[in-house]
Amino acid sequence: MTRQQVRRLDSQPGEVIDRECAFEFSWNGSTYPAYAGDTIASALSACGERVFSRSFKYHRPRGLLTASHTDPGCIVQVGDEPNVRGAHRLVEPGMDVRPQDTWPSLAFDVKAANELVSRFLPAGFYYKTFIRPRRLWPTYERVLRRFSHGGVISPDPPAQERLRSYDTRHAHPDVLVAGGGPAGMASAAAAARAGAAVMLVEEEHALGGHLRWGDKADLATLRELRDLVAASGVEVLTNSVVLGRYDHNLAAVVQRGMPRVHERLVKARAKTLVVAPGLIERPYVFAGNDVPGVMLSSAARRLINLHAVKPGDRAVVLTANAQGDATIADLERAGIEVAHVADARRGGDVVRVFGRGCVRGVELVDGRRIACDLLVTAVGWTAPLTLLTMAGDVPAYDSRAARYFPDVSSLPSDVLAAGGVVGDGSVDELVAHADAVGREAARRAGRAGEPVDVPDLRLEPHPELFRARTHGIVDFSEDVSSKELLTAVEEGYSSAELAKRYTTATMGPTQGKLESVNVVAIIAEATGRPISQTGTTTWRPPYAPVTLGALAGRHRDPVRYSPMHPWHEGHGAARLVAGAWIRPDHYGDPAGEALAVRERVGIIDVSPIGKLDLRGPDVPNLLNLLYVNRWSKLAVGRVRYGVMCAEDGVVMDDGVTGRLGAEQYLMSTTSSGAASVWEWVESWLQTEHPQWRVHVTPVTTSYAGINVAGPHSRELLGRVVAEVDLAPEAFPYMHVRAGSVAGVAGCVLWRIGFTGELSYELQVPASYGLHVWQALLDAGGDLGVRAVGIEAQRILRLEKGHLIVGQDTDGLTQGFSAGLDGLIRLDKDDFVGRTELVWQAEAGTSPRLVGLQPDDPAVVPEEGSQLVAGGRLCGRVTSSRWSPTLRRSICLAQVAVGQAEPGTAITVRLPDGRLLPATVTEHLAAVDPEGARLRA
Amino acid sequence: MILLPCPWCGSRDAGEFSYGGELTPRPDPRTATREQWRDYLYLRDNVAGWTTERWYHRMGCRRYLTVRRNTVTNEVTAP
Repeated sequence: MTRQQVRRLDSQPGEVIDRECAFEFSWNGSTYPAYAGDTIASALSACGERVFSRSFKYHRPRGLLTASHTDPGCIVQVGDEPNVRGAHRLVEPGMDVRPQDTWPSLAFDVKAANELVSRFLPAGFYYKTFIRPRRLWPTYERVLRRFSHGGVISPDPPAQERLRSYDTRHAHPDVLVAGGGPAGMASAAAAARAGAAVMLVEEEHALGGHLRWGDKADLATLRELRDLVAASGVEVLTNSVVLGRYDHNLAAVVQRGMPRVHERLVKARAKTLVVAPGLIERPYVFAGNDVPGVMLSSAARRLINLHAVKPGDRAVVLTANAQGDATIADLERAGIEVAHVADARRGGDVVRVFGRGCVRGVELVDGRRIACDLLVTAVGWTAPLTLLTMAGDVPAYDSRAARYFPDVSSLPSDVLAAGGVVGDGSVDELVAHADAVGREAARRAGRAGEPVDVPDLRLEPHPELFRARTHGIVDFSEDVSSKELLTAVEEGYSSAELAKRYTTATMGPTQGKLESVNVVAIIAEATGRPISQTGTTTWRPPYAPVTLGALAGRHRDPVRYSPMHPWHEGHGAARLVAGAWIRPDHYGDPAGEALAVRERVGIIDVSPIGKLDLRGPDVPNLLNLLYVNRWSKLAVGRVRYGVMCAEDGVVMDDGVTGRLGAEQYLMSTTSSGAASVWEWVESWLQTEHPQWRVHVTPVTTSYAGINVAGPHSRELLGRVVAEVDLAPEAFPYMHVRAGSVAGVAGCVLWRIGFTGELSYELQVPASYGLHVWQALLDAGGDLGVRAVGIEAQRILRLEKGHLIVGQDTDGLTQGFSAGLDGLIRLDKDDFVGRTELVWQAEAGTSPRLVGLQPDDPAVVPEEGSQLVAGGRLCGRVTSSRWSPTLRRSICLAQVAVGQAEPGTAITVRLPDGRLLPATVTEHLAAVDPEGARLRA
Repeated sequence: MILLPCPWCGSRDAGEFSYGGELTPRPDPRTATREQWRDYLYLRDNVAGWTTERWYHRMGCRRYLTVRRNTVTNEVTAP
């Protein structure tokens, strides 16, 4: 049965609902009508609903308090999205809205029994009660979790939720204005007219601030300001909030509810920031102040004027200011009987509210009881100074106006403030002030002009009203009462920061926006100090809640594919993610692929190998400095293997470098080290040796790399290579040549062998990579050529005992622990890492890289398995595989120097606890340790 | 995220740079004692105030630059 909009008023002058666009949505399982422009809360209120949630601790029924984004009483679940601000989120056709954390139902919640024992649930109750015995904490935790607040997310959300996208944008406005009320609009328009690029950010769904729910004159001013903003070319972001201000005026802005993007994080680097958030109305503390039907004057005015909803039938109004007085007029116009006005400026006050699910009456300070279903309070304002305190401002409390003010003179020059946070005045006065602030903001952002004389705003006296003579709720989100704050002070938590942490006041979803001044005032009352000396809690970013999705942004990890990737995909390659690269791990049979290289010929895609083109007369100096071995006498056409260490002697990268011409070298690095080695090379050239003439160009992705390996590799290459004599004498091991392959000119051919076989590495201009790959397969069919994946390459290199930096070494492995004794030339004058390597060699105590042979050849110990000798840990297995060539397991291991001699018996402790005897081998290489095959 | 004034590219977000840390001069490897060398490798002053540091404009001109930065206020100047 569809509900009726029994509390919907006739058309209001400032209403934001579209009565032409009516639809239905669901609340708590029932169908409700709504108009476009309604919030969830306004649509439900129009149908007479008053209870939207249960409170955090005592599960008391809660209704609307502020009817804005900060409303703590209307946080709901929408579909799979938890913690939706129901008084802010616009309702949509078919929306599935449910109350959060009520059981068994919103109307009857068993956890409300908490309140019956509330005198046993004082501040610190959980800390005090569940601390002992400690072993029971897991049990306590399971039970207490059920009492925690919040919505639910499904681990398997429906498709449309999974497709919900998030986004990041970088913006560089000259002037960023936080807050789109009259002051923000005037500042933005003034700055834009002065030539600045302006971004104006407003939390609500439309510009205007309090003018939107104001009277006829307010609405007329609103139209003027909106026209002004529209005409001045300001970029307006509505339903958006400035979350925080960071160094050098970086503002984080969350933009919500766009058609395809759920939330977007705008990182706005503003030259000047204008803070114009307006004022937030403050609740009053008294017994029953959280009963549905007690609401702030701004909430009543919003419901009536924006959404044409009648918030009650018979009202009592507690007013201390003009906004409260204006509310009386609004209520009467909406046909609500105003039973009593308690004017706080003339001693009027309320003591308590009667009723539980809704207000039934109010007790006044003179003892009278008045029946009503609505109590509207207008007792003062809180200045949301977050963005200013983040800029270093220390606000001061002014008892005449009963609120905090910023010290505008202490702000950095690139932060200004306008509107109600700075002072009071008529709308015209505030607009004139903001206009001057906007012009000054544009000037400080670099626009021409004389410094603008910003007028002072006056300060309007306001009575200090925080708590009636009864106790009530201070923090509506955390269910913290004024009595609990007094208890906290009695127990010694007498500073605002301590009392906050002890009671959790200001730590809930409203984050102090409604309650922080009341918290400070009640602590001041309890300690007998004035508010100005009580201190405040610290307001930190984010100012408003932001989803993790928005912070993460769109998923956009860059991915690199080799030019041969389509072939791999088309031939069943298993994907291997290696850093940014997607590589073919194997094509279904890694052992067979490895055997093909040992027995016939295979081709391996090695495109991700890092490549740096080095040119200039000082390249040998550079190589001598960065590699641990000697490089001065590398002849043209020769290739050498080199290892780089960091200044602490730890092995950093390895690869081969060849001399292609008199002053031209090509350096290769590990795939994962391509970027860092380039940075490393540049750092030494730019900072230590700027006089060296070396030019570095990264060419990793300019070439596709194909390793042609196996005894038939020379024969296969002979069929496709031109301009290069492949005869063993003409092109021996560790030489490099340039030539053409399969008709592609400009290829580099290296005779090197990571696999331990006769092999050639081809560097082919990238766009021809796939062509050359295919040509090799076509030309070598009779030779048994096949594509070989990375896993087979890893097997082959392990059989050959070749080191993989980062696999057989770690962040502490210095050069002499990586089997590089024969390579490191300590007799060189200097190289990076030499100093520490000298000391490492002198000490002779560091671990060694060795080959390890399990005595049971059928067992392949898992990589990372511990090594033990004499009951002590003495190392670990760094690499292990089943060798298809030798038909047994093979390993490399880091072992303590005392256990590193060939023939030493070591025990491998497998992850399952089994002990596996093993022996240190003569060589790192298990296959062809003499290197006859790769020199063939 | 602070701004750094790259002499080649202008004022840029620090996210474009990689941080090289406090500037620590490399001692002469022929004469350095272990103490001096390990000071160079591992010890930094980590002052709250003005410090000289190295940054690399990784996402920009790819030049190393030396800047003076106040670690408290994030004011940045040329060295």
